[in-house]
Amino acid sequence: MSQEPHDPSNVTNPEHADHHILGPLAYTAVFGTLLLFTGITVGVAYIDLGIFNPIVALGIACFKATIVILFFMHVYYSSRLVKMTVAAGFLTFLVLVTMTLTDYMSRAWGLW
Amino acid sequence: MDSQTIALQPTGRAIATDQMAEEHHARPELRHHFETEEQQREAGSFGMWLFLLTEIMFFGGLFMAYLLYRNWYYDAFVAASNQMSIPLGTANTAVLISSGFMMALGVWAAETRRKGLLVLFLILTTLLGVVFLGVKYDEYHEKWEKHHVPGAVFNYNYSEFVNPLPGDRDQTHLPIDMAQKTQVFFFLYFVMTGMHALHMIIGIGVLIWLILRARRGDFTNGYVAPIENFALYWHFVDIVWLFLFPLLYLINIHPGR
Repeated sequence: MSQEPHDPSNVTNPEHADHHILGPLAYTAVFGTLLLFTGITVGVAYIDLGIFNPIVALGIACFKATIVILFFMHVYYSSRLVKMTVAAGFLTFLVLVTMTLTDYMSRAWGLW
Repeated sequence: MDSQTIALQPTGRAIATDQMAEEHHARPELRHHFETEEQQREAGSFGMWLFLLTEIMFFGGLFMAYLLYRNWYYDAFVAASNQMSIPLGTANTAVLISSGFMMALGVWAAETRRKGLLVLFLILTTLLGVVFLGVKYDEYHEKWEKHHVPGAVFNYNYSEFVNPLPGDRDQTHLPIDMAQKTQVFFFLYFVMTGMHALHMIIGIGVLIWLILRARRGDFTNGYVAPIENFALYWHFVDIVWLFLFPLLYLINIHPGR
């Protein structure tokens, strides 16, 4: 028999996440940031940065996606289970890219 | 008196269970197989995120294809990408971000039990989604008229990319074999934005159903899971566009040749 007390409400569980409610002010701040960085990414695209154009564009896109995930999607206030699930999704995508590119690059060695 | 009831009552558990059973009948959205409301909510959002994981891999495959073909046919991708309208793409990004903002406010309205505001925000989310699809239709129509839809009638003999028109942003003359590969860019453009648009059409369908239920007051009595989980889907579709926009429209203005 388990010695754990029956605890359906997760009172003793430190992983327990409250149902956090974000207000309109916080959402407006996120919305303003997203619009601002959309303007920045379009403006930067017209400046010739050589190979850094795509890097800056994707960096800004990653930043925007991160604040959408953390605040619009409430992941910042979610349980560790949900946080780990989200991280697992993007890690798996990175595995997809890394292994596919490794294969293609090693088949055309020196041409990339 | 029933002997089972007598046996259970001294523990106190039976009474609590009866109360919970009463609650179940009063609020049919709370399912019997969950012990608490909190557990049901957590299980629901976990399940929604597992679905979104499969969506990450679905769009991930398309992004991977884009990455690879952009490396292989770089000059063709640059030339084709410079046919995109940056003002329309920027406007559409702003429209989609606004739609996501309205959805986020809708979640707040449901959580704080404001029925009128919830319905209003859901309608605004839907309308902005429709505006996005309208602008997308306009862009597709332009591609159709310029023969940029991949297939038999694609730009006749690629002359436009071999000898760019005077007004084109990119004035590079491509060799004919590279010019043919502009079709690969347009193919990926239509598949990626088309799949994104299909997700939005499905989302708008779900939104209409949510608006009808929200008007009935289904989500302003403390039960907000459908609104919260749909918001996760809607924001995910936004995020896909946040990456499509720079990749398809922006990063090839200065190709660094």
